[in-house]
Amino acid sequence: MALNTLFTLTPAILICLACVLSLCKGVDLYAAMTAGAAKGLRLMADILPALICLFPAIAFLRASGVPEMLENILSPLFNALGIPPETSLLMLVRPLSGSAAMSAANDIMTLYGADSLIGRTAAVMLGSSETTFYVIAVYFSAANVKESRWAIPAALIADLACFLSSAWICRLLWG
Amino acid sequence: MLFSYIICILYFSAFFAVVFSGNLSASEALMSGSKAAVDFCLGITGSICLWSAVTEVFEQCGLSQELARKLRPVISRLLPVSSVDDEVCAAVSENIGANIMGLGNAATPAGIRAAKRIAAFGRGREISDELCLLVVLNTASIQLIPTTTAALRSSAGASSPFDILPAVWVSTVCSMAAGLLSAYFFKRIWH
Repeated sequence: MALNTLFTLTPAILICLACVLSLCKGVDLYAAMTAGAAKGLRLMADILPALICLFPAIAFLRASGVPEMLENILSPLFNALGIPPETSLLMLVRPLSGSAAMSAANDIMTLYGADSLIGRTAAVMLGSSETTFYVIAVYFSAANVKESRWAIPAALIADLACFLSSAWICRLLWG
Repeated sequence: MLFSYIICILYFSAFFAVVFSGNLSASEALMSGSKAAVDFCLGITGSICLWSAVTEVFEQCGLSQELARKLRPVISRLLPVSSVDDEVCAAVSENIGANIMGLGNAATPAGIRAAKRIAAFGRGREISDELCLLVVLNTASIQLIPTTTAALRSSAGASSPFDILPAVWVSTVCSMAAGLLSAYFFKRIWH
């Protein structure tokens, strides 16, 4: 329980820590915070076009019934592995597009509730993984290396481990 | 181009499913989806900007440089061949440090600098193995505080958006371990 209080207080602790650190190091707290908030605004302005292109795609896909088909096909396998089948669309798009993954996770959380087991599992999956293929494409093209060798299989194994462990730890903590 | 293919696949598969199932009203979801994108963006902008403000303070206090300095011995063990070069070691430490702090804007340039420098060493097998490992480390999200996910949970009405932290840490460690283990094996069997 004490640990739970600590995690609930995380945002407050982080902000107080920032205040104390800035006083110790002589950093202008207000200037740094406003500069950071401005960076956040620019980030949101940068990702909004991607969100506008991908949210309708995910919404259309959900309304078309394809995800239910996918869930029905995959549910025996996912149930055996202990993964909620409702998260299959999220797991499918997570390595490909960050915006599509946000959309899928947001759908799950609004549909089942952010504090439900499925909602929490979706959040943990989203928070502990990256847009794998995007990262691989950026790094190898920047380094001008054509052959990505074992980077893709190794990264996908890591993603799979992430999804499995997310489902298991959520069931253990909130199941 | 990757994203163009992804969008095509998403829209085509939905379109064919709608036409075959005769569930034509599904196309209304397109309009409501674009509205949902803007609502969603506005819903998380406040928390994203607040976390961006707090991490900016940490960064200006020199926390990420300190973290990068502490990471250097770990990096030279992970990348024994290329980290002999001081610039590679510094850039990779900066990259991993910024990833842990959640500074995506700082992590990618440092990582790209490291990748370019490693690739410039030549095309030896050990070099390209280490480049692959750098990329795999970057595909495993090692962010200590997943602020975007917390913002998403908060806008979806979670009672305590950060209470998933322990689960995220466990899952991150598992995925990191799986990435490192598979790198260890692929290095030996891949030709």
